[in-house]
Amino acid sequence: MTQDLSKQSNRLQDGGRIDRSKPLTFTYNGKQYKGFEGDTLASALLANGIDIVGRSFKYSRPRGIVAAGAEEPNAIMQIGSTEATQIPNVRATQQSLYNGLVASTTNGWPNVDTDLMSWVGKIGGKMMPPGFYYKTFMYPKSMWETYESYIRKAAGLGRAPKENDPDIYDKMNQHCDVMIVGAGPAGLMAALTAARAGARVIIADEQNEFGGSLLSSTETLNGKPAAEWIAEVVEELSGFDDVLMLPNSQVNGYHDHNFLTIQQHCTDQFADRAPNGQIAQRLHRVRAKWVILATGAHERPLVYGNNDLPGCMVANAVSTYINRYGVAPGKDLVLMTSNDNAYRTALDWHDAGRNVVAIVDSRKNPQGTFVAAARERGISILVSSGVIEAHGSKRVTGVSIAPLNDAGDAIVGSVVKMMADTVATSGGWSPVIHLSCHTGARPVWNDDILGFTPGATVQKQLTAGAINGAFSTVQVLEEGLSAACDALAHLGLDKPDVALPEADVIEEGKAMALFHIPHTKPTSKAPKQFVDYQNDVTAAGIELACREGFESIEHVKRYTAMGFGTDQGKLGNINGMAIAAKMLKQTIPETGTTIFRPNYTPVTFGAIAGRDCGELFDPKRYTAMHAWHVERGAKFEDVGQWKRAWYYPQGNETMQDALNRECLATRESVGILDASTLGKIDIQGKDAREFLGRVYTNAWAKLAVGKCRYGLMCGEDGMVFDDGVTSCLAENHFLMTTTTGGAARVLSWLEIYHQTEWPEMEVYFTSVTDHWSTMTISGPNSRKLLEKITDFDVSKENFAYMDWKAMTVAGGIPARVFRISFTGELSFEINVQANYGLHVWKTLFEHGKEFNLTPYGTETMHILRAEKGFIIAGQDTDGSVHPFDLGMPWAVSMQKPFSFIGKRGMQREDCVRADRKQLVGLKTIDPNVVLPEGAQGVLDPKAPIPMPMVGHVTSSYWSANLKRSVAMGFVKGGLEKMGEKVFYPLADGRVIEAEICSPVFLDPKGERQNV
Amino acid sequence: MFHIYCPHCCEYREEEEFHASGQAHIPRPLDPDACTDKEWGEFMYFRANPRGIHHELWVHGAGCRKYFNITRNTHTYEILEVYKVGEKPSIVANEAK
Amino acid sequence: MQHYSGFGLLKHSFSHHENWQRVWRNPTPKKKYDVIIVGGGGHGLATAYYLAKEFGVTNVAVIEKGFLGGGNTARNTTIVRSNYLWDEAAHLYEHSMKLWEGLSQDLNYNVMFSQRGCLNLGHTLQDMRDIERRVNANRLNGIDGEVLDAQQVKEIVPVLDCSDRARYPVMGASWQPRAGVARHDAVAWGFARGADTRGVDLIQQTEVEDLIIEDGTVVGVRTARYGEIRADRVGCVVAGNSSVLAKMGGFELPLESHPLQALVSEPIKPILDTVVMSNQVHGYASQSDKGDLVIGAGIDGYNGYGQRGSYSTIEHTIQAIVEMFPVFSRVRMNRQWGGIVDTCPDACPIISETPVKNLFFNCGWGTGGFKATPGSGHVFAASLAKGEMHPLAKPFSMFRFHNGALVDEHGAAGVAH
Repeated sequence: MTQDLSKQSNRLQDGGRIDRSKPLTFTYNGKQYKGFEGDTLASALLANGIDIVGRSFKYSRPRGIVAAGAEEPNAIMQIGSTEATQIPNVRATQQSLYNGLVASTTNGWPNVDTDLMSWVGKIGGKMMPPGFYYKTFMYPKSMWETYESYIRKAAGLGRAPKENDPDIYDKMNQHCDVMIVGAGPAGLMAALTAARAGARVIIADEQNEFGGSLLSSTETLNGKPAAEWIAEVVEELSGFDDVLMLPNSQVNGYHDHNFLTIQQHCTDQFADRAPNGQIAQRLHRVRAKWVILATGAHERPLVYGNNDLPGCMVANAVSTYINRYGVAPGKDLVLMTSNDNAYRTALDWHDAGRNVVAIVDSRKNPQGTFVAAARERGISILVSSGVIEAHGSKRVTGVSIAPLNDAGDAIVGSVVKMMADTVATSGGWSPVIHLSCHTGARPVWNDDILGFTPGATVQKQLTAGAINGAFSTVQVLEEGLSAACDALAHLGLDKPDVALPEADVIEEGKAMALFHIPHTKPTSKAPKQFVDYQNDVTAAGIELACREGFESIEHVKRYTAMGFGTDQGKLGNINGMAIAAKMLKQTIPETGTTIFRPNYTPVTFGAIAGRDCGELFDPKRYTAMHAWHVERGAKFEDVGQWKRAWYYPQGNETMQDALNRECLATRESVGILDASTLGKIDIQGKDAREFLGRVYTNAWAKLAVGKCRYGLMCGEDGMVFDDGVTSCLAENHFLMTTTTGGAARVLSWLEIYHQTEWPEMEVYFTSVTDHWSTMTISGPNSRKLLEKITDFDVSKENFAYMDWKAMTVAGGIPARVFRISFTGELSFEINVQANYGLHVWKTLFEHGKEFNLTPYGTETMHILRAEKGFIIAGQDTDGSVHPFDLGMPWAVSMQKPFSFIGKRGMQREDCVRADRKQLVGLKTIDPNVVLPEGAQGVLDPKAPIPMPMVGHVTSSYWSANLKRSVAMGFVKGGLEKMGEKVFYPLADGRVIEAEICSPVFLDPKGERQNV
Repeated sequence: MFHIYCPHCCEYREEEEFHASGQAHIPRPLDPDACTDKEWGEFMYFRANPRGIHHELWVHGAGCRKYFNITRNTHTYEILEVYKVGEKPSIVANEAK
Repeated sequence: MQHYSGFGLLKHSFSHHENWQRVWRNPTPKKKYDVIIVGGGGHGLATAYYLAKEFGVTNVAVIEKGFLGGGNTARNTTIVRSNYLWDEAAHLYEHSMKLWEGLSQDLNYNVMFSQRGCLNLGHTLQDMRDIERRVNANRLNGIDGEVLDAQQVKEIVPVLDCSDRARYPVMGASWQPRAGVARHDAVAWGFARGADTRGVDLIQQTEVEDLIIEDGTVVGVRTARYGEIRADRVGCVVAGNSSVLAKMGGFELPLESHPLQALVSEPIKPILDTVVMSNQVHGYASQSDKGDLVIGAGIDGYNGYGQRGSYSTIEHTIQAIVEMFPVFSRVRMNRQWGGIVDTCPDACPIISETPVKNLFFNCGWGTGGFKATPGSGHVFAASLAKGEMHPLAKPFSMFRFHNGALVDEHGAAGVAH
């Protein structure tokens, strides 16, 4: 035991909430160290006397741990014992220590202690004021990329892993009456009150245990150590079924309508990889009726020369390391403060048996409970003074102290030097208002507490404790109680019986508004005085930005990069605003505030993504025959969410071989396509027919029962967006089909018109896409094949083209068979209830052997329809073409009494131009050349760039049936240019020549399907 | 993230169940063929798009698939009322100017 | 104007940087200007700059309600590309691209324009057809572009998952090598500095409360801070407030204002060298010089002026990014924010005369305005100087929504920017 302690040179013999009986071993920059259970990585590093934990971003200055929580700017670590479990940029102050933890610093070469880049920082630093990069690296122009590659190399903190994340993250949706953010005294008091009233409560805290500020203080409650009160409250809360307690859980975002996100660390406080079967992190998505923000406050450091030397810390952090972790991060302390509160740090340091060199107070006449206590202990207090500069190279070795005037902005006497290895400072407390800003509320400056407090909000939000500027425990507990009572009143719940614990009464003198300690030299010449450590923003930098005319605080921020680090300026922003305000001779509120955005602290992408990646990124939709296609070796294409069979290669066939075979087999005998993915909408009601007439461009009034018709659907602008065949099942009953990708959109389209424009119409729409399996048999032998599986008379006489019939197939299975054709062949679309799909499909194949029944996929379907000049909405249309552009005037009935959707739009001035791009057939002069889809046509291939283009190729294939290429495409005024030439200059330098022709390449009279 | 009361389901549901469908109360002209290009263009495309009170059409797409109207402040994102298609809003913008 | 250079920095370092000049003045406005530009974002400042520099109109005020470059200029993901489909759009964005290519030198302000290339991924056969179509059109319009297969994409972006594991495997991409990113704030500041030097008054913290219209002609603006300020011509370049200003002019625009969200990761060591965009998977990413992954996706579906959107949009975006780049799963999201984008029905801007004489609008850039900043400013300046629309601006009249001559760039604009 003692041995471990002796290695941990800064570990105190006793005290703290660590468990000295549970030593832990961890690795830092390749060396092994010891800590204890209950440590954070930061407290363990400090215990082991590690001073330098990083190098600064711009100047490569050595940096040490400054804070003890979420506000820490410097101790940003790479964590991870294996490649796949690397985590970049973990704040050491927020990482619980565990056995086997592997951490390393993210900057510094060859290592963080001896960084050669620091010489560049020292020498070049003078040339790197804020915004220097805007003023240089411009000449010669060609060199920018070289400069930039060096800038990029120097930037960034940790690194992403090279291997995929093995961990699982998940999400939970939560609902509660009261969401309490922060489990310090205010939050716990509020939770206890709300819980006793029977409210559903969630209380979350970023730390590994509840208690907040009480965990690191020496206060008493009800005459006992505060920890005992915490334990009692936590125990009582855990007895309520409706109270969810979430330690290790940061509330990261506060969104509209009281929606909050919480990142719960489930396992990463004890491992870099979740144990098998466990969730690494969980994102709680909370919808709260009322929110109580009890987020506390962060102490502000003061800004002075070389205030970034390791050993310079925020006062309260020093107390936290002593009281909570049993670590005194040095031997000889100088405390600089502008308020009473920070005297506690000197008391704690003294009581830990270490030497307080002096308390340097900027005020003239400090007095109060803590001041008196310091005097009692004989600690030297220098009033009206400030630490103007720290000395040392890799750790503080001493300080310069100077007397200050009353305003604290000038030195009024001689400078004295003192030896010290630790400088703790406090400029007061900044309420943690981050979450309150997330929904757009502007924070309000409060002169009494010298900080911003939450602004007015429309959210159902209450605040309690230090976030409001209430800093004494008595006041904080009162606010917790009263916020809970307010919430309960809103919720209609009775206030329960609850008593405030008795807290120590502390007298505090008035604090002084002090942010930036003057130096004997002007700021621009003084040693660097850091405001934002992570981004190397100095007081001189802020002053320079103001001098250059960046007067809005947002400009100052952006020009200097203040607040853009991973700590989002939690320590530095107010100091920076104060320095800018002084420079601009304004007050802080006049200078403006900056708004905090989510996240409060960074959140793992994996946790936000949850399980919705890979397999679950987007649903895959399969048809009932999918397994058969897989077995048959089909290649698939994604169409919307569907996996559609694309083609079925056999043996060593190339794709083109397979397509040729599928195309020929279909036109020579019979092929089969799984068309189940086509959208199907069942439409019923007495006004169904009229409705169809309004949404399709053609006439539907006379479509008889048993008949099918093709229709185009347009937007109000007259542009085609979908097409399909709709069949009349009964007088008031229709089945509409849509494109595979367009089904959802069409259904919404029908619904919105019905519900908002024509609610008086009696019509009902139901998506039945998944209810039916659809198999299209196509080819001269398709009727013979159909006859094999049905007793129904499917002869030409009894079953005409564009009819549908109800029959039973494959042993009594009810089917709707549609005699429609997308290939130009004799075709039947057999629809059966989806559960029967595979059976019917297989039955067709049993009987299809004699006809060489060949399955074909979407690509062959595309070729066969292109040979016939049929369009595919979405491929041959792009939202900018109307039916006349497509050469389909036959599909539009301008005479219908109702002005159908699209009619007015397609008659606008620009839509009736003669030189619109029109869809035509394209016959390459060399029949063996297939035009690439997407090729752009020109009339003069020798025209200079930019070349006037006349339209692109939309569909183009090798037709095995025609033994030549076939294509369709748009050509300006193309319908009037039959027989003329278009040229397609390709990227590879070829120019393909084609002749404009009818898009119907095969069987223009339609004889093949009329058999 | 909005919490939206569906007037058809009579429950609050999460925004993810809904879709915004633009400005409400834009009736299709009864006689489109009598509209000029300008009038037709304004029907299709031109919108008030106010900063403040906005009446808008939403659909409970992952719920009852019904359309309904919301009066919402486009600046604060407060939902001030929901009402069914065909009904009039009770809260309207103050058109003092 | 004080010349910026490395030598200047060295020189100023000897005087501890105490003698740098102001980048712009903070003037009190005159009673009357030749041209008032409402809106001191990137486009407005670029307009002022080119008015003064290229067209000799220097009696110009830019009136900004907040701080310069504080709207979408400060909130975008800084992607610059010109690979648009239709001729009208392609010519406009390529005009802008050419200005980008010399902008740092022209402004003597390093806007850090970094031509690291942009990949627009294709995940379906139709994506690839669209890519072919667009790249062919680009090429014949004189815009660089190539169609790449999945293997070539993988070589450019090794961390991109191009395997069949993905729900929508990468089939290929369009590749515009000249595309890239720039430092957004610097663009606004560089234009502001250049405009100010040439005599333009930049009036910040001054909200225009009304347009002064007499006999159907705009004659100035009314501000809360300075009262009436008169002008011969007024150009409104107020993304996120266009409809509000149009209402002052007594007309509506074919616009809806939506929240568009973006986010950055914590800074990490260089891992992503180019811009990668995917419409199908719905996300895009690049890495800034500071090391942040800069990420965005689509707009929120509702109208919103709140500069924030819904968390589900952020979740979908991150899902897309982790789906495309599984190794980013352990990287952490630092900040998210939102802008207000004025979306047009055809995903193209409006650079236009209006029903009010001498009142011009430049708006409706949707999600992709940043890339157009110099080009937009240049053509708008030309139009304001002459009182007649520049040829590149003509196709983008607001009146195209009457006659139907839309330029539908949804395919190319998609989610992305």
